[in-house]
Amino acid sequence: MSCSVCLCDIELSDEDKSTLDDILAQYPCQESSLIPVLQETQGQLGYLPRPAMEYVAKALKVPFARVYGVASFYSQFHLQPRGKHIIRVCQGTACHVRGAKEILKAFEDELGVAAGNTTEDLEYTLEVVACIGACGLAPTVMIDDETYGRLTPRDVRKLLRQTKKAAKAQ
Amino acid sequence: MKQISLKINDQELRAKPGMTILDVAREAGIEIPTLCFHEELSRVGACRLCVVEVVGGKKLFPACTTPVTDGMEVLTHSERINARRKALLELYLSDHPADCLACEKCGNCRLQDYAYAYGVRTSPEDGERSQRQLDESNPFFIRDMEKCILCGQCVRMCGEIVGAHAIDFTHRGFQAQVAAAYEMPLQESSCVFCGNCVAVCPVGALIPRSRVGQGRTWEFKTVTTTCTYCGVGCVLNLHVKGDRLVDVSPGNGPANRGKLCVKGRFGLDFIHHPERLTKPLIKKDGRFVESTWDEALDFTARRLSEIKHAHGSDALGVFASAKCTNEENYLLQKFARAVLGTNNVDHCARLCHASTVVGLAKAFGSGAMTNSIPEVTLADTILVTGSNTTEAHPVIGYLIKQAVAQGKKLIVIDPRRIELAELADVHLQLLPGTNVALLNGLAHVIIAEGLADEEYIASRTEGFDKLKEALAKYTPEYVQKLTSVPADLIRKAARLYGKADRGAIYYSMGITQHSQGTDNVLAVANLAMLTGNVGREGTGVNPLRGQNNVQGACDMGALPNVFPGYQSVTKPDLRAKFTEAWGIDLPEKPGLTITEMIPASLSGDIKALYICAENPMVSDPDINHVRKALENLEFLVVQDIFLTETAQLADVVLPGTTFAEKDGTFTSTERRVQRVRKAISPRGESRPDWQIICELARRMGCKMEYQDPSAIMDEISSLTPSYGGIDYVRIDKEGLCWPCPTKTHPGTPCLHAQGFTRGLGKFTPVEAIGPAELPDDEYPLILSTGRNLYHFHTGSMSRRSEGLDWRIPEGYVEINPATAKDLAIKNGDMVRVTSRRGEIEIKARVTSVVPEGIIFIPFHFAESAANILTNPALDPVAKIPEFKACAARIEKLESLEEVG
Repeated sequence: MSCSVCLCDIELSDEDKSTLDDILAQYPCQESSLIPVLQETQGQLGYLPRPAMEYVAKALKVPFARVYGVASFYSQFHLQPRGKHIIRVCQGTACHVRGAKEILKAFEDELGVAAGNTTEDLEYTLEVVACIGACGLAPTVMIDDETYGRLTPRDVRKLLRQTKKAAKAQ
Repeated sequence: MKQISLKINDQELRAKPGMTILDVAREAGIEIPTLCFHEELSRVGACRLCVVEVVGGKKLFPACTTPVTDGMEVLTHSERINARRKALLELYLSDHPADCLACEKCGNCRLQDYAYAYGVRTSPEDGERSQRQLDESNPFFIRDMEKCILCGQCVRMCGEIVGAHAIDFTHRGFQAQVAAAYEMPLQESSCVFCGNCVAVCPVGALIPRSRVGQGRTWEFKTVTTTCTYCGVGCVLNLHVKGDRLVDVSPGNGPANRGKLCVKGRFGLDFIHHPERLTKPLIKKDGRFVESTWDEALDFTARRLSEIKHAHGSDALGVFASAKCTNEENYLLQKFARAVLGTNNVDHCARLCHASTVVGLAKAFGSGAMTNSIPEVTLADTILVTGSNTTEAHPVIGYLIKQAVAQGKKLIVIDPRRIELAELADVHLQLLPGTNVALLNGLAHVIIAEGLADEEYIASRTEGFDKLKEALAKYTPEYVQKLTSVPADLIRKAARLYGKADRGAIYYSMGITQHSQGTDNVLAVANLAMLTGNVGREGTGVNPLRGQNNVQGACDMGALPNVFPGYQSVTKPDLRAKFTEAWGIDLPEKPGLTITEMIPASLSGDIKALYICAENPMVSDPDINHVRKALENLEFLVVQDIFLTETAQLADVVLPGTTFAEKDGTFTSTERRVQRVRKAISPRGESRPDWQIICELARRMGCKMEYQDPSAIMDEISSLTPSYGGIDYVRIDKEGLCWPCPTKTHPGTPCLHAQGFTRGLGKFTPVEAIGPAELPDDEYPLILSTGRNLYHFHTGSMSRRSEGLDWRIPEGYVEINPATAKDLAIKNGDMVRVTSRRGEIEIKARVTSVVPEGIIFIPFHFAESAANILTNPALDPVAKIPEFKACAARIEKLESLEEVG
């Protein structure tokens, strides 16, 4: 990080500060570093906490409002903490035709959160996506990097129980 | 340069390469509609309303971003274009409340105007509409984001021009909106409430609160005048309905070109404050009683005459005012010299730039800003020393930030990590009062590394050899010991400034308000002459004057040693000139300064003071001492708009008017003489100050009669060579920079271009002495004082502005986290600050803006007045007090709970 600015007034744990310093050290102090820095920050911290964005803003000399503007523009960036597991329910055309709405509802009921939100225990984040490119398996969902197809609402409950079990076993 | 020929709507036109279709059309007076375009902002081509047809081209082109080419044929209002624009406007209106009937912007709304022009009658009923809460979280303006059309002018104004970067586009698509980060209220963001976003908003999304419900745009009378707050000299428009000010908008003055700061834009409501003085007051048995003008004026004239006859003229003194107009200051000094018969006339310039006037007059022959404000962005390297520009002179602050954004270099010398320090290439964080050492150190490096402009030194200056000799010992390592600034940073800064083709220095009270203030100024002048940086555009030595008319009050001779135009009272030929013009013999002996009249009042040498629109009970050092002095007077008359802390001690109080209620001129920091115009009638029975002075003079047997302020200016220009060409007709449209000696002279934005006013520039070696009072065991901290963006001087105006008071309602002391920790002080704790002069109780603001061992208090707040603490030690030449450094200690006050 080539910018010399005082970052001492931002409330951030020493651990997070050193994580961010390591990330920032890899990029020149310029506006074009913003997106890769945010991506890596999210990769390390799981989401983009507000103090981390303030820290990045100051360090790269990019206005905080701009950093927030960029982060809120792209759907890849998350401003709220995310669950350990990410569930993506496809709402593409093929899935829609084969009952994706019921699949989503089953997830919402089972997890107790609406689409776009994270469970209180920070285990699951439920999202909808437009198409995951597996229309032949419609209706589909992805749990983390695994794809599941030809689901029924009943399968959803089974699937969640399995994942929870697997998580416990770990 | 090759010219381009093109045709717009069958009109043959010529253009320079690089111009866009919109530029050429506007120049030719062809109107093309735009919503997102603004001359000073980057061009984004976002609103698409300016699309035009280019013959031979298939698609439509946005006029604002399409460069013209040779032989181009453009149509701006073809059927195809008009249909496109109409469709676009319908699209805008599809997500815009059809609220024109009740909208404050009605009559001044571009969307409404274009809908009318293109025949868009209704907005579609169906389709989704944005639902957004009205943002009424601040008292300055309302944000109605349902009306926002996302043109982005506010975002660009905030970022590119103001440099605040408080807002941006957030989210996307239908959810997109303009907001601060996390949609937080603006007061939690970097917003400075300058209202320049409000000024450019083409629709009703941003509305000043003051005008809500006050009436329609076409019902308002608009008067163009000059701002009454700081010395930048922003031109502004007062919008008046029914003799009340309802709104303020930026004017197109040379210094501000359509921008203002929060004080000019939203801080003028003090004009209508219920505490305005509306009748003369006479103190009877210790209480003020309202009186008639005749009674108050007769009484004042009688008392002044009695004291003059009993004790002689020099027992009287006048405090003129940097807030009043040139015409009024001219009359005040004429009143002192011709009516009272004394040169005891001075004003608050003594407290801010007396050292500049003395120092620069010695070095250059003229004690004012050498260059004009628009030249800020022409410099390659800007050195800001002892000026918190973004708070004290915000509109000049915008220009410095713009220069930095353009890649210009910035050096900041300041004990505090002020906003500009964050943007600087080098920040030299010196110990308060060690300016001479540091400036000498910079000069030393410049000479040692061969960066001095030898040709310039040889042809345009004198005294260099002696300077070089004196600088020899100021090596960066030696200077580091004195200032605590690392030697490497001193070298870096010296190289940046020394190598610049155009280096410009901006300074203010951090240089002048020291017991070594004159030396500081001389050191600055040395540095500039050493590098050939005086006399060219974009360079110079630029003292930023504090008050709206502090330059003018000096120019008008409201100083104890000079007549108007700095013509010495001791020179017989000059005295003869004024004697002849005024028809009375004039005193020869230079008078006392403000800082001498106060002790003279205590000792009894001064028996009566006439204080016009000054507030020494807050502005002067060691206030306890000032109080004793003023209470010791036989007679004190104060003329002001409010019953200030000083007026409360008076025997007679005469109600003057604000700038909005009178005509006249102010001279801004760039020496520009600009018009002040009456927009509303005087409140109550208050009278314009110039009329009061004339009345007093008449009652004391001296004829001072003028039809209007314009006639006073005619007298001024006949006696003041530098104002010789100035009259109200010439400065009607735009002000002129003095010297302007003749009626055909165009004014002088850049001084000393053809040689210095005094002939050769004079180097004066100066030695580092340091502050008069240093920290010790009893008072271990250094206290510095200064300003806050939201307040002005003694706060008598700004603290009576609803919005400004909301933003900063009370005083505070800045203290470094480490110092605070040592003393167990937390942010927001009440503390006691003590110096050898007195003590105050004030809230602690724990911040790393101040370094360890240094505390800072803004001086605007009478109930926690920094000047109870400050040291009245004077500069031996300029008699300016040392506001910027004294020893103090701080301790936490026991809170009630803890005691109970």
